[in-house]
Amino acid sequence: MITLLDTPRRFPGGIRMEPNKAQSLRQPVRPARLPERLYVPLSQHIGEPAEALVAEGDSVLKGQLIARSLSYISAPIHAPTSGRVIDIGDYRVPHPSGLKAPCIVIAADGADRSAATGMDMASVLAADPAEIRRGVRDAGIVGLGGAGFPTSVKLNPGPGREVELLVINAAECEPYISCDEALMCTRPVEIIEGIRIMRHALHARQVVIGIEDNMPGAIRCLQTALAATGAADIRIIAVPSVYPAGGERQLIYALTGEEVPTQGLPIDLGIVCHNVGTADAVARALLQGEPLISRVVTVTGAGVREPANLEVRIGTPIAELIAQCGGYTEQVSRLLMGGPMMGIALPSDALPVIKTSNCILVASAEEAPQPPAARPCIRCAECTAACPAGLLPQQLYWYAHARDFDRIQDYNLFDCIECGCCAQVCPSHIPLVQYYRFAKTEIWDLERERQKSDIARQRHEFRIERLEREKRELEQRRARARKALDRPKAGDADAKKAEIAAALERVTARRAAQDAAAKNTDNLTAEQRARIAEIDRRRAAKPDDAR
Amino acid sequence: MVTAMLAIGILSALFGLLLGYAAIRFRVEGDPVVDQVDALLPQTQCGQCGFAGCRPYAEAIAAGEADINQCPPGGETTIQALADLLGVDVKPLNEEHGVHAEKAVAVIDENTCIGCTLCIQACPVDAILGAAKQMHTVIESECTGCALCVPPCPVDCIDMITLKIDIRDWKWPYPDTEHRPVAAASKAS
Amino acid sequence: MEFPTQSSPHLPPSNDVSRLMVQVMLALIPGALCLFWFFGWGVLINLAVATATAVAAEAAALKLRGKAVLPILSDGTAVLTGLLLGLALPPLAPWWIPFIGAAFAIVVAKQLYGGLGYNPFNPAMVGYVVLIISFPLQMTLWPPPRGIDGDMLSLVDTLGLMFAQLPPADATLDAVTMATPLDNYKTQIGQNLTWSEIVSGPLFGRFAGYGWEWANLAFLAGGVWLWQQRAIHWHIPVAMLAGLFVTALLFYIADADSFASPLFHLFSGATMLGAFFIATDPVSAATTPRGRLYYGAGIGVLVYVIRTWGGYPDGVAFAVLLMNMAAPTIDYYTQPRVFGHEDSSE
Repeated sequence: MITLLDTPRRFPGGIRMEPNKAQSLRQPVRPARLPERLYVPLSQHIGEPAEALVAEGDSVLKGQLIARSLSYISAPIHAPTSGRVIDIGDYRVPHPSGLKAPCIVIAADGADRSAATGMDMASVLAADPAEIRRGVRDAGIVGLGGAGFPTSVKLNPGPGREVELLVINAAECEPYISCDEALMCTRPVEIIEGIRIMRHALHARQVVIGIEDNMPGAIRCLQTALAATGAADIRIIAVPSVYPAGGERQLIYALTGEEVPTQGLPIDLGIVCHNVGTADAVARALLQGEPLISRVVTVTGAGVREPANLEVRIGTPIAELIAQCGGYTEQVSRLLMGGPMMGIALPSDALPVIKTSNCILVASAEEAPQPPAARPCIRCAECTAACPAGLLPQQLYWYAHARDFDRIQDYNLFDCIECGCCAQVCPSHIPLVQYYRFAKTEIWDLERERQKSDIARQRHEFRIERLEREKRELEQRRARARKALDRPKAGDADAKKAEIAAALERVTARRAAQDAAAKNTDNLTAEQRARIAEIDRRRAAKPDDAR
Repeated sequence: MVTAMLAIGILSALFGLLLGYAAIRFRVEGDPVVDQVDALLPQTQCGQCGFAGCRPYAEAIAAGEADINQCPPGGETTIQALADLLGVDVKPLNEEHGVHAEKAVAVIDENTCIGCTLCIQACPVDAILGAAKQMHTVIESECTGCALCVPPCPVDCIDMITLKIDIRDWKWPYPDTEHRPVAAASKAS
Repeated sequence: MEFPTQSSPHLPPSNDVSRLMVQVMLALIPGALCLFWFFGWGVLINLAVATATAVAAEAAALKLRGKAVLPILSDGTAVLTGLLLGLALPPLAPWWIPFIGAAFAIVVAKQLYGGLGYNPFNPAMVGYVVLIISFPLQMTLWPPPRGIDGDMLSLVDTLGLMFAQLPPADATLDAVTMATPLDNYKTQIGQNLTWSEIVSGPLFGRFAGYGWEWANLAFLAGGVWLWQQRAIHWHIPVAMLAGLFVTALLFYIADADSFASPLFHLFSGATMLGAFFIATDPVSAATTPRGRLYYGAGIGVLVYVIRTWGGYPDGVAFAVLLMNMAAPTIDYYTQPRVFGHEDSSE
């Protein structure tokens, strides 16, 4: 039984941070202008990349399916606007590696034609959950909180499992990011409708919206919308604004006091957690027929003149957004996608916005300085005090530093959510999260290598067996053939002669036996007797070789 | 004097019995060393170590007849792992046996292949598909990059192609604690 | 437009080792001034010699190890080691006492183990223990506190005594030194005086040793400020003081004549200095919250044991080193429960 707590619990660790969100919330969300070109990656989600269905030169309409998903954990991709496909190839994508990935490049024709149709709320709420999941899947909706897990999969609790609680994650805990808050103030009714659809798909017993207590405006907007739509059973609970209150496990603990088991998922407790932006996307997909082709992105930081929240088409180059926010200031120093704690530094502003881009932080040198050189660890355990997962970051660091990948897993490396609290409080400025990320990918790589070498060993051993088997069979065949040729080969000339003489004797004896045997001469006539005597006289006169 | 000798003698006998009992009662059946060494080798079966495959090399290491630094495909990682397993010092890779190269796979140029099956017979993991006078092709996912197929080919149609790092196989690098940025910023648009 | 890349987090750091060291040094000032007031110039001379030697030794060791000298020296940890050692040493000891102590502390107890962060033992305490074992006589050269016995030695006299072993013009070495309250307590208890008789002697102030009680109060104030600044956590000091207090209380209740009062123990010798500044050295202490409580309590109990039954008047240095030895084991057995696990992880 999951009960919602009236006073949220404090999860272990965490750090209080300056929100720095006011500068991007001065105005409501406005749509961004359509760019000339859109670069749409085929993989913007967790799972298998989608497979392109269009070819170079094809015309596409806004919302048209341009890449389909090939497996269960995957999501399709839709054209963000109408236009022509001018290339499908490898382009740089927002990824920490800086590598390229397959993208569909669309030249917008500016007309923005679509063929969207949707259902009304009542029919959606009467539909079968499987149909709702199919609609969500076909709309290409993935978790908009940053991870990008296909939403339709998280709307499927699995056979025989009850969903006690649907948590809507509106706790935007990272500084600077304000897209969810802006969305809640701009489209609260759609959000509530999306929540109701999700609740119906999951048959969830309770629904709660977990929001940070430093967003009073957003809380008010939601409450007004709840009252307007009559969805009084959806509770709103404000949690203390401590980073990372928006972490799934931390939020669930704060709201219910329950801990998601390690290596497990919230569904193991009967809880499902969705981002508030995802709820909005679900409503738009099912009620307006619009697949996931745009999202709210916060453009902020001291490096951009007019921070704002924009509704951006997927695939829009970041440079376009910055231009639409007044352009760069002189203090621009770094370009980050995401927040300052977990975001990735981008090498160029030509990269596109993707489904999981929640914020573009154009940072000045004060906001995101060059980190100082690391000193040795002084074992102060500030990292342990700050870790929201209750881990021992110090021990993880020592083992990652020593590349001891067995011992590091004893300290539950894979429970780390990479929130960055430990690295932020470290007085020696050790890049702790980098060590853990290095260790995790190294361990996965070693696993892959081990599997490959196991298969190679099996194939090699099988080959050796096969060769030996073939050799054995060849030996056997040769042995048989040799035995078949055995008789003529055995013996010499004398033996042969003896054999021939013996054979002749056998024949003579047979003939003699034939002669000596009765010749049927008892009842012969006189004429027959005279003739026989004549033949005998003639035979006796002839030489032996006449026989 | 006698009591001292007796006392020590009895004590040693006692401890000896105790140790003997413990050796039998608490005996742990572990992997033979050969299997453990073989588990650490990369199974490329290339023969660069001087032995006919990874298993014979593992047996030689276990028998003390070969050193741990003779495997180029395994590189530093394997040497380190072997050193840890056997409790010996890490050594640099013995360059006489080759250098650690990027992972590569063999690719047969189908325009040139004459279907002679010589490469099929050479492949230690049977990763080449084909038959006499039929087209030969390398099964990329099974190829270990050992390059044993390249010399036997009479028309020299096999190339070793280095694998590109895919964005999904990419690994985070070991942290740079001096914190130098990857590329210098330039204000040129 | 192209940008340089780096790994998250991307915020300005909120903490720094040198800033931490500066805070600790500031917190030492009240106690150091108190000691100077009561025990004269020797305190400052010791501080100067020990700190200078520590910094020079660290620079030399880093050079020999081929490391960058200035960036590492700038973290301030060598200076702090010198200061702590200097405060612990008797103010009239010859100059080579702080010199040898500081050099040993930095070179052997810190740099030979790998430098900052790698030393298993508290360097200042290692230096102190080496001195007290090797030079027991010189380590008893405490002057009488101000107001007990005539005038304080002048700066010139002190320098003469410490650097040239020249006793001051009108006195001998014996005349200018006196036992510390802890030393006094130990000898007199051995002579079967009761605690109440001992405590009425001239060396004892209101509730602890004369002069020492003020110094300890000053160190306590500094320590509390340090905690309030979040430079140290409460676990180790509270556990150590509690361990010492409770043990002393138990024995005092059992037999008030043969054992010193708990208040005396808390405010004499290096108790407060040890609790807030020495035992809290993060590198050599336990790191888990529960582990720190055991670690601190262990130090407190050991201090009492050594003071009462051991061979030395003050047991803080030995107690800290003994618990340094136990710290890794304590850490291993007191790991906190990981979020989402049912019991304490391995």
